[in-house]
Amino acid sequence: MRSFTYQRASDPSAAIQALAMAVASNDPPTEAAAQPLAGGTTLIDLMKLDVMRPRTVVDINPLASTWSAINLDGGNLRLGALARMSDVAANPEIQRNYPVIADSLRLAASPQLRNMATLGGNVLQRTRCTYFRDISYANCNKRDPGSGCAALDGFNRMHAVLGTSEQCIATYPGDFAQALIALDATVEITGKSGVRNIAFAQLHKPPGDTPQIETTLAPGELISAFTVSGRWPRSVYLKARDRQSYEFALSSAAVALDVQDGVISDARVALGGLATVPWRARAAEALIKGQKFDAALALRVADAALAGAQGRRHNAFKVDLGKRVVARALHRAATMEI
Amino acid sequence: MSIAAPEPKANMGQPVPRYDAVAKVTGMAKYAADMPLANPAYAYLVTSAIAKGRIDSFELTEAKNIRGVIDIVTHENAEKLKDVKLFSEGGYMSTTVQPLKSSDVAHDGQIIAVVLADTFEAAREAAHRVKVNYRPATPSTTFDSPGTTSVPAKGQASRFKEDPKVGDFAKAFDEAEVKITASYETPTQHHNPMELFATSCVWNGDNLTIYEPSQYVYGLKNGVAQQLGIDADKVRVINYYVGGAFGSKGSVTPRTAIMASLARRLNRPVKLVPTRDQGFTIATYRAETRHQIQIGANRDGKLVALRHEGAEVSSRPDAYVVGGTKTTTRLYACPNVDSLVSIVHADRNTPGFMRSPPEVPYLFALESAMDELAVKLNMDPIELRRVNDTMKEPIGGKPYTSRSLMACFDEGAKAFGWSQRSAAPQSMAEGDWLIGYGCATTCYPTQMAPAAARVRLQRDGRARVEIAGHEIGNGAYTVIGQAAAEKLGVPFENVSVHIGDSDLPPAPVAGGSNSTASTCSAVMMVCDQIRQRLFRALMPNESVIDKAKETVGMGQTPVTESANSGRPLDREKAFDALGVSVVEEYGEWKPEDAPKDSFRAMQQGQVRIVGGSAMSDKIAYAFGAEFVEVRINKWTHEIRIPRLVGAFAAGHIMNPRTARSQLMGGLIWGMSSALLEATELDPRYGRYVNDNLADYLLPVNADVQDVEVIMLSEQDDHINPAGVKGLGELANVGTNAAVCNAIFHATGQRIRKLPVRLENLEV
Ligand SMILES: Cc1cc2nc3c(=O)[nH]c(=O)nc-3n(C[C@H](O)[C@H](O)[C@H](O)COP(=O)(O)OP(=O)(O)OC[C@H]3O[C@@H](n4cnc5c(N)ncnc54)[C@H](O)[C@@H]3O)c2cc1C
Ligand code: SF4
Repeated sequence: MRSFTYQRASDPSAAIQALAMAVASNDPPTEAAAQPLAGGTTLIDLMKLDVMRPRTVVDINPLASTWSAINLDGGNLRLGALARMSDVAANPEIQRNYPVIADSLRLAASPQLRNMATLGGNVLQRTRCTYFRDISYANCNKRDPGSGCAALDGFNRMHAVLGTSEQCIATYPGDFAQALIALDATVEITGKSGVRNIAFAQLHKPPGDTPQIETTLAPGELISAFTVSGRWPRSVYLKARDRQSYEFALSSAAVALDVQDGVISDARVALGGLATVPWRARAAEALIKGQKFDAALALRVADAALAGAQGRRHNAFKVDLGKRVVARALHRAATMEI
Repeated sequence: MSIAAPEPKANMGQPVPRYDAVAKVTGMAKYAADMPLANPAYAYLVTSAIAKGRIDSFELTEAKNIRGVIDIVTHENAEKLKDVKLFSEGGYMSTTVQPLKSSDVAHDGQIIAVVLADTFEAAREAAHRVKVNYRPATPSTTFDSPGTTSVPAKGQASRFKEDPKVGDFAKAFDEAEVKITASYETPTQHHNPMELFATSCVWNGDNLTIYEPSQYVYGLKNGVAQQLGIDADKVRVINYYVGGAFGSKGSVTPRTAIMASLARRLNRPVKLVPTRDQGFTIATYRAETRHQIQIGANRDGKLVALRHEGAEVSSRPDAYVVGGTKTTTRLYACPNVDSLVSIVHADRNTPGFMRSPPEVPYLFALESAMDELAVKLNMDPIELRRVNDTMKEPIGGKPYTSRSLMACFDEGAKAFGWSQRSAAPQSMAEGDWLIGYGCATTCYPTQMAPAAARVRLQRDGRARVEIAGHEIGNGAYTVIGQAAAEKLGVPFENVSVHIGDSDLPPAPVAGGSNSTASTCSAVMMVCDQIRQRLFRALMPNESVIDKAKETVGMGQTPVTESANSGRPLDREKAFDALGVSVVEEYGEWKPEDAPKDSFRAMQQGQVRIVGGSAMSDKIAYAFGAEFVEVRINKWTHEIRIPRLVGAFAAGHIMNPRTARSQLMGGLIWGMSSALLEATELDPRYGRYVNDNLADYLLPVNADVQDVEVIMLSEQDDHINPAGVKGLGELANVGTNAAVCNAIFHATGQRIRKLPVRLENLEV
């Protein structure tokens, strides 16, 4: 960890100003000299490991008074970016109307982390690739563009099989983002020139040739809220992992269905633990719409969801595992009592 | 009494609460890094990013410019310390690789520089800014890597004396009615105790004090003195509590003398708290092993031939070997036995003790093979063990001092509900989950070592016990206090226990599960000396050789019936007769069979452990039977363990509460070892990849559901005065095989390589 200046922002405009002052505009946000601090459970870890080296840390927690609300008025959902994971997961309205959101949060990390971590920080959590997190490895394109990728031929059990490039195969590790992308959430972004909204699916960028650029956020911009339109009571988050708790997904699925008279009128499928970014399986969804659920359909959908997946030495199992997880999640969603 | 404090059965002590419970739960217990120091300099290690090669140069300017940095020490300017031998070769060290001695790099994460600064933060920041230019060479990482060398353990490692053999294995195997040949593998594992490998060094003139978590303060004191070339009497190691060790803190690692040398150079205390990932390479680990087992049996299950071949990885310079064939060749009756252990030298740091070092990998192989044999014979696995149970080990024909293996199986089976098991694989399921039941034998040698103690008794009944034992979570304070209280006939609360300080009388390494047997035997002997003095003061004309009378009335457990009915000895009267207010005794105890130089070696921090299979006329082991229920999700193949049952017999149980805790921890560890724990190596670089607690998986609370520990009553008068077998390493031995045997029962799939992960299952 390098020494840094700590600033506390009293309100959104002060935060934007503090970040703007310390930011050199051509850095990707993760490299920016000024970083917002929310729960700190990703940022401080990476600073201790010397992976992130901000010179200024702008504490945005004082903004919680305005940016942490959970609001279900008018049939839509609005989640403040500084809402804590544990508060959202425990909210009975969320549990009833958006089980996929509640479960994606409840099944993530540990109680202590969920108490600290915020939704905004959560979607921006960075990969757990061990070669990225340990600066003594020389080859990591994400950390040091152009240096190569140690994981391609290294120990890559936790790595991605979808959305990879020859430059980077790091998994996007989060759970909550899979619920957001499945539900077509919108991200509200507050920056120098005011507020803008983008589809959550537009937030993250696959690695391509620039794995160091992870999002479409401009340096100094803040996520202020997430919104979801409509209710999704028939939704599930299924997470397969090595241990029962406190562990990232080897494979997970966020599934939301709208079933009318036994026919699936709308279907959403997103995959966790498998891809370099939050991953929506749109081609698979297309197979379901207008169909009645049965086991054979689930398997076809699962196959389509993993189409194009590329396994490597230690993670090849994820392709088949991913299919079984999708099939099982579909089954659960289709058969759940609501 | 409660689940945590089970009702004592015959030959068990009281489940008194831990002596150190309040200190620990209130955070008052001071671990090594908590010890206050006056104006320390903070050390931060720089470790190598290559596993083999040389350091061409360091670029230190940027690092030195960090405010607060005092100095950066590398091989170019470090004091050259003396070479000291490996602990198992008559020395003290965990490795003979001496960091900061030359530009050579012998393994991943070797210490190559130390930053010293006024604050921890400055030292860390500067360490991150140290640039190292390497000339890397290609490392040979593990089994099958080009460039490794394989040699027989016998003749290489002086502790490995024999490859046990008896009869004519080849012929018997050839002629056997039923045969099994199978290969097994266990992975690299790291201890990962919660407490990091901290070291603080303080000089006071030419006296050095070391605060460091240690399982052997006398070893550390003497080893560091040799490295520094100073008199061991000038070195004191203080370490009241160890925050977990599991073997990793038993021998002297290179960091300590380096810190001592830097503190001397700065003339200022130096404090080091290495990081979690550095702990993977600056201390030891359990090396990966490979096994081939061949068993020949009669149709009725009786073994006629057994061969166990094991291979273990070690470093280039050191022949560290665990050699568990000494146990596996003697566990069951079998007339024809053969074995061979070899060492594969690779470019790695030197491995070391890790909880039940030989038994964990070697019994995984044997107990898996026994299950395979039971399947082949269509026999219940418990019955297979019963048919081959023996009171005489087959290699030398020596009798077991006691052996309650089948009683453990019977009690355990009852508690577990083994009779509910339908024998066919894949025959039990519930909802999305396949269910499997498995079992295995667990055992651990009964070992003891010479120990000394000083005990003081006051006229008012308060007592003080001093012995340089180690509280590694094992309950050492508690059982030592109990041993003294019982012998002296005073309440437990009256006894103050002083351990973890090398200025106290020597105790052996807290390893090999010898601590309770050794320290309690010594303490009890010294308490007897006190009783003898008091007895003589009151009854000068009685013969002091009469053991029964010596113990009259003072203890709660008099030695004989006649003593029970004898006159109680009035402590206060005895003191008055002696005309003193305090009686203090020092004594040195050694087990039967201990070598002649035992006491001298003990003072020099050299352990002379005896027991297990190494005794001249007998063999002593603790036994147990372990039962596992696994559940495997049909969809995700996730493996979960809702139930673990272990039944154990280990001689006199000093304290059922602390014993249960050890055994329960062992079962959980065993499950963890079977399903989760593996250090992943990147063979290209010879480096550990998952060197942190997020990626090196350990069970969390949700993984540990129903764990039942049953302690059987067992009395063994042939081992040591305390009658204690030692059980710290007993419970985690059999679990690996029990889990795999249960997985076979659930799925029909035999997994022979640990850990078992969901991708290894095809269901
Ligand atoms: C051991 C461990 C296990 C974990 N397991 C899981 C798991 O199973 N599943 C899972 O999903 N997650 C898991 N996590 C990740 C955890 O959920 C994230 O670290 C956490 O959600 C991040 O939130 P935070 O508020 O602490 O973010 P911070 O660390 O404060 O911020 C993260 C990043 O986002 C930036 N940032 C924060 N807030 C904003 C904002 N409003 N606008 C713009 N930028 C912002 C910060 O500058 C920083 O770069 C785990 C973490 C740990 C340490
Ligand atoms: S996978 Fe990505 S993050 Fe990991 S080493 Fe390769 S480039 Fe770096």
